[in-house]
Amino acid sequence: MDRSLGSTGTGPAPTERSLLSRVMGGVLSLLAMGGILITIAAFAYGRNAARQSFDRILLGAANDIAETITILDGQPIADIPVSAFGLLALAEDDRIFYAIQGPGGEVLTGYESAPATNAPRSTLSTPVFYDGQLQGEPARFLTVTRRFSERDFSGPVYVTVGQTLRARNAMALNLTKGAVAVTGIGGIALLLGAFLVIRSAMRPLEILTRNLSGRDPYDLTPMSADGPAEIAIMTQALNRFMQRLDRQVGAMKHLISDTAHQLRTPVAAIRAQAELAVEDDETRRVQRLERLIRRTRSLGTLLDQMLSRAMVMHRTDNAPPTAIDLRDVALHIFEESDHEILAPGTEVQLAIGDRAVIVLADEISLAEAVKNMLTNALRYGVPPVRLGVSCVEDEALIWVEDGGEGPPAEVMTSIGQRFERTAASKGDSAGLGLSIVQAVAKAFDGTVEMGRTEAGFRIALRLPRQSDQRQPDRRSS
Amino acid sequence: MSRGFRVLRQAMGVAACLFGSAALAQETAATFYAGEAAPHAALLIRSTTDLAIFAPLLDAFATANPTIELQYEQWGSNALYADSRKACDGQGGSADVVISSGVHQMVDLVNRACASPYRSELTAQLPRQRRWRDELWGISREAAVIIYNKDLVPAGEVPRTRFALLDLMRRSTDQYLGKIATYDIETSGLGFLFAFMDSQQATTFGGLMEAFARAGAVATCCSAEIIASVEQGEYKIAYNVLGSYVNSGVKQNIGVIFPEDYTMFLSRGLMIPKGSENKVLAGAFLDFLLSAEGRGLLTSVDLIQESDRDVNAQSDSSERYIPIDPTLLVAMDRHRRAQFIAKWRDSFGAQGGSE
Repeated sequence: MDRSLGSTGTGPAPTERSLLSRVMGGVLSLLAMGGILITIAAFAYGRNAARQSFDRILLGAANDIAETITILDGQPIADIPVSAFGLLALAEDDRIFYAIQGPGGEVLTGYESAPATNAPRSTLSTPVFYDGQLQGEPARFLTVTRRFSERDFSGPVYVTVGQTLRARNAMALNLTKGAVAVTGIGGIALLLGAFLVIRSAMRPLEILTRNLSGRDPYDLTPMSADGPAEIAIMTQALNRFMQRLDRQVGAMKHLISDTAHQLRTPVAAIRAQAELAVEDDETRRVQRLERLIRRTRSLGTLLDQMLSRAMVMHRTDNAPPTAIDLRDVALHIFEESDHEILAPGTEVQLAIGDRAVIVLADEISLAEAVKNMLTNALRYGVPPVRLGVSCVEDEALIWVEDGGEGPPAEVMTSIGQRFERTAASKGDSAGLGLSIVQAVAKAFDGTVEMGRTEAGFRIALRLPRQSDQRQPDRRSS
Repeated sequence: MSRGFRVLRQAMGVAACLFGSAALAQETAATFYAGEAAPHAALLIRSTTDLAIFAPLLDAFATANPTIELQYEQWGSNALYADSRKACDGQGGSADVVISSGVHQMVDLVNRACASPYRSELTAQLPRQRRWRDELWGISREAAVIIYNKDLVPAGEVPRTRFALLDLMRRSTDQYLGKIATYDIETSGLGFLFAFMDSQQATTFGGLMEAFARAGAVATCCSAEIIASVEQGEYKIAYNVLGSYVNSGVKQNIGVIFPEDYTMFLSRGLMIPKGSENKVLAGAFLDFLLSAEGRGLLTSVDLIQESDRDVNAQSDSSERYIPIDPTLLVAMDRHRRAQFIAKWRDSFGAQGGSE
């Protein structure tokens, strides 16, 4: 796109012609072709018109002359009328030929050098037009026949008139010129109109190009998606792309700042414990080391979660969502039995139906979110802990329930925030885990629900449910 | 002129009858040359115009072009037409410029492709009726007038129109019997043309012919002779005389009438024959005639006449021009001509014996 509008852009391909000049070139060549065709047609028409009108003049003159022929003493005598020559003189600069011939072809009056007709004279009954030469100039001739049946003369008398073609050619040329002039004016008007129309049609593209070329490469704010459908789609695609880029850049920034922030305290604590362990006496060293191990493990967990959150953030933006069965997710987590390591002795129950619950999501991200929910329940809740999948109308739920009261109300309000200083500084990771859940829910058009139930406290990830058959890939872009 | 060139004029005055041959039908010839060394080029002009009338123009052109020798031959219009036809067919030498008052013959020559085209700013300025195909140009503007002998025709009887002339001939046949002259249309191309155009212009022509017959009008040849005869009192009135010839001499006792019903104007035709060996020079000569200087000289010898010089108050509508266009070809038609001349002879035949 930038290349095709290279003339206004600052791109490295200035040799490419702009779209406007291409389209105008196309229009121009179309018009030129039309103009040539019209000129040819106009010339043909003009020649035809000139031929017809001057042929009529010839016919008029010949008939004028033929009418004046009378038989005098057995001889045809013509009293050539001036009006006949006046007619022929309408073609101002043309030479005139005329001849009146008797039955045997002998010239009675007029010019001697009569041109030959193609048709045999005896069969002439209608006026015959033909082309020929008059003193070396191309000319048009006409022969009309008048038949006499007098007492002293019987037979045909042929009147031949002719004239050179100057006036015809001049008239044909004039008609052509007129037509070409009108066509030319029309063509110019069309060209001008086309230019204006095309330019106005290209304007949104130009604006887009100008915006793009004038844009700071670090500026990822969306562009205004005004303009015709094609441009709007392009702008929207660009905007989506930039939004994604923006999100990823943001996620990266958050990851870095979170990591820096959240790791500083536990690492400092570990260093302090290690230093104390080195300096303390033998008796308390074991206690110190145990505390060091606990701190290290807690740091490990924190790191895991931070990485998993980063992974979730990345995947939700990059991995295309696929249709997955929530029951599979729940089953996998249940079968992995991580909870047995995390909280040995706590029983986890699985509550899934026999119908598939399909959602569009990324399985790994979803599993990570549910794992976090489960871990939180195991860690902070009260047994029994239940992991379940259910449907509410066209929404699918995957939930974790425990028998406890849930977090205090003030924690509930702030829960799931990306960054929870208290949680991080204490080395626990419930806040972080919940923020993962929140991020996954958001990525797949879902919500996080937390609330008390009859059995205790339940946290649920609520996602739009897909029907079994359809697996549309709506978010592939 | 400033160099004091001597204008050489050599009037040969060779009469055709001396040779008794129609082949050499020129009446007079003259050479105009204003240079001192041998001429570079020669321009042969054949014309029906009287040498005496045309000489000032030839002088002026020769003076302006001192390296060019002008050879001028004066011909009768019919002879000149025959000669030009012959030259056109490749028999006999061609002139470089042909000027004739028989414009119908000139139109015919052009129609027969005997002329070569020439274009210049000056020819383009000519009105349409004075040029055809850029091959024939009308260089003059001469009226066909009625002249009369002031001593012999009383002022009250001077015919100002054709109708007046007609009435005069009908009323007083005795006084004018045999005293009215006009062109012999058989011997003069110009006379035929005037009569032919008259026959187209008005119905008066029929009456005029009849009156001519009754008055025993004389058909004779050549403007100069008719004018001289009127001057001497041989004829009292002459009809359709070329006005330019009348004024060329100082003829105190000749009155000139531009007929008020209509006055016919003739424009002498000039063409450059296709056989001309010096077409460029011929074009220059044409441009000279059409230039302001040439027109001034033509006016001074009355070859360009303005009718308003006459005392008669004439409206423009009474001026009829003989247009230089193909309609004049009708005047050349064999049948038409034969019929016209036959009619003419009928009118003049009665007094043929007495002449």
